[in-house]
Amino acid sequence: MAEKILMKGNEAIGEAAIHAGCQCFFGYPITPQTEVAAYMARKMPKIGRVFLQAESEVAAINMVYGAAGSGVRVLTSSSSPGISLKAEGISYIAGAELPCVIINIVRGGPGLGGIQPAQSDYLQATKGCGHGDYKMVVFAPASVQEMVDLVQEGFDVADMYRTPVMVMGDGMLGQMMEPVEFKERQGRQLPSKDWATTGLRGKREKHNVINSLFLKPEELEEHNRKLQAKYREIENNEVKYEMYNCEGEVDIVIAAYGITSRICKNAVKMLEKEGIKVGLIRPITLWPFPSKAFEEMCGKTKHGFISVELSEGQMIEDVALAVNGRAPIHFYGRSGGMVPTPAEIANKIKAIVGGAK
Amino acid sequence: MAHQEIIFAGFGGQGILSMGKFLAYAGLDEGLNVSWFPSYGPEMRGGTSNCSVIIDEDPIGSPLVVDASTVVVMNRPSLDKFESHVVPGGLLIIDSDLVNREPERTDIDIIKIPAQTAAEEVGSKKIANMVLLGALVERTKIVPMEALLHALKAHGKEQFYELNKKALEKGAEYARK
Amino acid sequence: MAVIFERTKGLLDVPTHYCPGCTHGVIHRLVAESLEELGVLDRATGVAPVGCSVLAYDYFSCDMHEAAHGRAPAVATGIKRAIPDSIVFTYQGDGDLAAIGTAEIVHAAARGERITTIFVNNCIYGMTGGQMAPTTLPGQVTETSPYGRDVNTAGHPIRVAEMISTLDGAVYVERVSVDSVPNILKAKKAIKKAFEIQMQGLGFTLIEVLSTCPTNWGLAPVEALKWLRENMIPYYPLGVKKDATTGEVK
Repeated sequence: MAEKILMKGNEAIGEAAIHAGCQCFFGYPITPQTEVAAYMARKMPKIGRVFLQAESEVAAINMVYGAAGSGVRVLTSSSSPGISLKAEGISYIAGAELPCVIINIVRGGPGLGGIQPAQSDYLQATKGCGHGDYKMVVFAPASVQEMVDLVQEGFDVADMYRTPVMVMGDGMLGQMMEPVEFKERQGRQLPSKDWATTGLRGKREKHNVINSLFLKPEELEEHNRKLQAKYREIENNEVKYEMYNCEGEVDIVIAAYGITSRICKNAVKMLEKEGIKVGLIRPITLWPFPSKAFEEMCGKTKHGFISVELSEGQMIEDVALAVNGRAPIHFYGRSGGMVPTPAEIANKIKAIVGGAK
Repeated sequence: MAHQEIIFAGFGGQGILSMGKFLAYAGLDEGLNVSWFPSYGPEMRGGTSNCSVIIDEDPIGSPLVVDASTVVVMNRPSLDKFESHVVPGGLLIIDSDLVNREPERTDIDIIKIPAQTAAEEVGSKKIANMVLLGALVERTKIVPMEALLHALKAHGKEQFYELNKKALEKGAEYARK
Repeated sequence: MAVIFERTKGLLDVPTHYCPGCTHGVIHRLVAESLEELGVLDRATGVAPVGCSVLAYDYFSCDMHEAAHGRAPAVATGIKRAIPDSIVFTYQGDGDLAAIGTAEIVHAAARGERITTIFVNNCIYGMTGGQMAPTTLPGQVTETSPYGRDVNTAGHPIRVAEMISTLDGAVYVERVSVDSVPNILKAKKAIKKAFEIQMQGLGFTLIEVLSTCPTNWGLAPVEALKWLRENMIPYYPLGVKKDATTGEVK
């Protein structure tokens, strides 16, 4: 077994990418993710790989687009305002069906917002981000260790489906240190990248073209249908979630992801002592969303569901779609960098379920 | 049950973040769950610095400490900001060389250490943080002193090890008083 | 029988969408011939822009990558860094390179990316139907400068070759024209030289090519060539702006 070491979330992301065979990193400084770039700047040149600080987030994502098109594993990292700038490029990457991993260490918004932890980019990440009919896989780790595991998994999923994958943390996960280990991974059987613009090199007759332009409506629709079929496949195969304390009948079910889910687990324990049984569904993939887990709990929860977020009500839309009117849905959120305590969450839940029993 | 939530606070350059890291490493070596979370952003450059460390037998929720079992302060603004965060019955450790007021709380355990003076006696003012950390470990027993020494040896600069060790012992003496 | 002329292998045998009299076709050919003659077609990747030459990826026989508007130099950077022995070029118009993509071209040049940029300047946005470009001449009438470009409100044209030549990472910068046979031959020489410099790994190279847009200028092809000669060349003087391989800076 690999030794456990203490690592900052942001640095662990870099190391995980290196372990996953990431060949190029392109980024731009922005708090609270800058340590990812700094880590890559230290490590990548020493192992003969590429680190480049771009002139903007826009340029960085387009460098990713170029490198991904050339068939190498490539990473970029940013935080909320920077991801908005990258949205154009992400749309092109999805349209051209290229694999890459994008890190978003979320900070409060809108606009310049703040630099403290938030989850207010949920809708941006899960509903497309840029223009057009596309999706990207969104992983939401809840610990530094899970960040490591999901960054590595992200590269595999990206290559498997030729799709951008976002790993979405927050300022807290990026800045905190926790013990991590870099385990030996069972890699997937991945398709070859025979579409890449490597140059023909005497191996191909026909040139490869990386492109997202389809001027004929019939062709663009056909392309979109192909993308949608791929997204259905991802929905069928790649949903990840954790169900905590969900055995039997419960008083209420919390929906929470990332750092918030940890705080909620503490609230669950507090409420347990007061005789209130609370389940927790933690989506690990935000898209595809684990709707089935919510469907499963619909008949087993007395007071329905509560979405707890570091945002003003974003994931609740997916919870509502999954529950589809079968149970009441409540909400508790903090934003702008404010982080709730377990007691705060417990009090909100007590108010819903009617106090201690 | 081992469970401690600690805030270290002071000026940048006093070794606030590193005392938290050494303690977290000692906890890790003891097989406990640990987290370390720094203040980040513009306030880093404004001069003040703090970090939260949690050591727990159970999985850790939020790494940000709000209700601290122990607070260690190395300047006046930190005392002003964090005195109220100590839970009743908790511990407040103050570098009395740098904090020019008395704490107001009466419901907590307070250790005042002239850490700058004590560190200078040992060899250097720069290791005042270790004096305070020594007092913390001695009083709370959150990790054995041996585990902390081991963490220092494994993750600190070797040339400072002996000096740091003396500083920790000095702090521990204050905690026993 | 001796073959004295044949198609370049660098271009596919397909009809292009360019308007009659447009000089994009000539410039495509010069780029393709250079790659073929240098024997690098097999390891070349081109980056197409957004603009009239957006479909260039359908015409070149080497691998091609379509970029977002203005981002070709960033995409080319990604390709070149990922596969350093590739020969990478961007083919960009004046709106793409000198308006929306200004940051990307300046920084690719400043970094000395080992890529070659073919900058096609025809003083107008062609694909969207004749709007003012950053290189539109003072007084020139376009759809969005219907009274002639007024430099007091619309600003001044940008001389890209001169601007890029000030950057240390740029090693070869030349402005050429395709308005006449002698100038086309000079343009070919410049483009080929730029690729040779890239092959030597010396740094960033840019060839600005003055080009015509008969359709949006509202001129017959021959008149358009004359307009280029009489209006563009005086504002955008031809010649080598920088050749760091010989230490020459003009």
